[in-house]
Amino acid sequence: MNRQTVAQLIGAGKKRGAVQALAEVDLTIAAGEVYALLGPNGAGKTTAISLLLGLLRPDSGEARLFGLAPQELAARRRIGVMLQSAGLPDTLTVGELLAQVRSYYAQPRSLADVAALAGIEPLLGTRHARLSGGQQRRVEFALAICGRPELLFLDEPTVGMDTESRGQFWQTIRELVAGGCAVVLTTHYLEEAEALAQRIGVLMLGRLVAEGSLDAIRARVGQRQIRCVSSLSAEQVRAWPLVQSVQREGERLHIVTPQPEPVLRELLAADAQLHDLEVQRAGLAEALQTITREAA
Amino acid sequence: MITTPFDAIARRSLALEARLEFLRLLRTPSFAIPALMFPVLFYLLFGVLLARPGASGRAAHYLMATYSVFGVMAPGLFGFGVSVATERDKGLLALRRALPMPPLNYVGGKLAMAMLFAAIIVSMLCIAGAAVGGVRLEAAQWLSLLVLMVFGALPFCALGLLVGSFVNGQAAPAVINLIYLPMALLSGLWFPLNLLPAFIQQLAVLWPAWHLAQLGLAATGQGGEGAMSAHLLYLAVFTVAVGRWAARRLQREP
Repeated sequence: MNRQTVAQLIGAGKKRGAVQALAEVDLTIAAGEVYALLGPNGAGKTTAISLLLGLLRPDSGEARLFGLAPQELAARRRIGVMLQSAGLPDTLTVGELLAQVRSYYAQPRSLADVAALAGIEPLLGTRHARLSGGQQRRVEFALAICGRPELLFLDEPTVGMDTESRGQFWQTIRELVAGGCAVVLTTHYLEEAEALAQRIGVLMLGRLVAEGSLDAIRARVGQRQIRCVSSLSAEQVRAWPLVQSVQREGERLHIVTPQPEPVLRELLAADAQLHDLEVQRAGLAEALQTITREAA
Repeated sequence: MITTPFDAIARRSLALEARLEFLRLLRTPSFAIPALMFPVLFYLLFGVLLARPGASGRAAHYLMATYSVFGVMAPGLFGFGVSVATERDKGLLALRRALPMPPLNYVGGKLAMAMLFAAIIVSMLCIAGAAVGGVRLEAAQWLSLLVLMVFGALPFCALGLLVGSFVNGQAAPAVINLIYLPMALLSGLWFPLNLLPAFIQQLAVLWPAWHLAQLGLAATGQGGEGAMSAHLLYLAVFTVAVGRWAARRLQREP
């Protein structure tokens, strides 16, 4: 990674109460990239984000934003933030909330630009209390991008959005990234990470157990899955070389193998009636399951 | 070492923050109606309508000073206490700390809001006192009461901030009422303390509201007990000590 580093954890550790929420985590976000932080609940995602934002200080190691301590205003003036809950004041209008956050930045986006990007033009005069859950998320997103950030933190950004809003949201993120903005994303929706992220870090019990490009993470699970309708018995197929596991689900066989081609040749030779054949590479979900199972 | 510049962005932002904090509370009826209306309504009721005839406006005079104290306590205690408790609860405080909010904004905006509410409340009481209470003061006395009470809101801002750093948003109004109303009674804000038992009169030196009331009575030419410099010193020390305690608590990690 030769590009400029915008955010970094260096051997960062943090205890929350008696629990080691984060241990020896090294993390580097480069300018302009989308980095997704994944992992089960309690894996340390929120703690990692809180260290990068300066909301928490590491017990050991370091957190850096643009080479500075995250508590430095000069560093935070280059970021935008969308947290899981914002609790924005109900009696202020969307326009007033935007004016407030825009005032924190030297050269904010114009109100019209922000409203268009976040799709909230008709809401500017509306009080926060009257917004729906999805509209509130869009307003929180508008607050996150109004300062022309070079680095955007999005913690579970699309919770509460319908499918259409989520698609629009992803499109907006892609536009911002095309304009050079880096993104740190945590999400429970794996399709969101697949749609947006160039690099993925997997946290598990406070440790970074895997990191790499989307393809590299998927490749951590070497297997392919073969599905077909066949009269062959599971025991018979299991005896073949290169077959890792076989399961019968009704009339379908479900075979897992690191190398599908030889298995396919045998299958087709052994059962002339075989049909509805599918070969799939493991997705991010399967990869995560494997990684977290290995790490546990 | 963390440097926190108070640059042009921070100054402009603070002015906007103060305006929005004022608007936010002005549009919250559960705050704005009691805070703005109760002191002047109580004053008209107890200081003017129900005052004993023949007391020749003494109640109207005394209560104008003490209801000013009662009035300026509310924006400090409720405006800080309930807001901080709720914003801490609901994640707004964390969001604002993660955003590049200039560090003075949070407390500075709320202080300006409380002092503006204080100025409005005291002005309403002064107008009521002059118009229907028969209170006659020199221009300098009116002005000193107003200035005194606007700054007199500060110890209660500090106390509200401290309460907000301890309790959650649900509990805050109840806890603050348990401080506000008894302190008003025990400080002689509703009627003079010599109508209460002696030990309660002796306890009065503990309450910041009593000290501010003595200053208010002195400013309106009604004497006031004890040395004025001692009251000022007490209020200054109280504000700084409680404010710093609250700030330390709020800077702790959640």
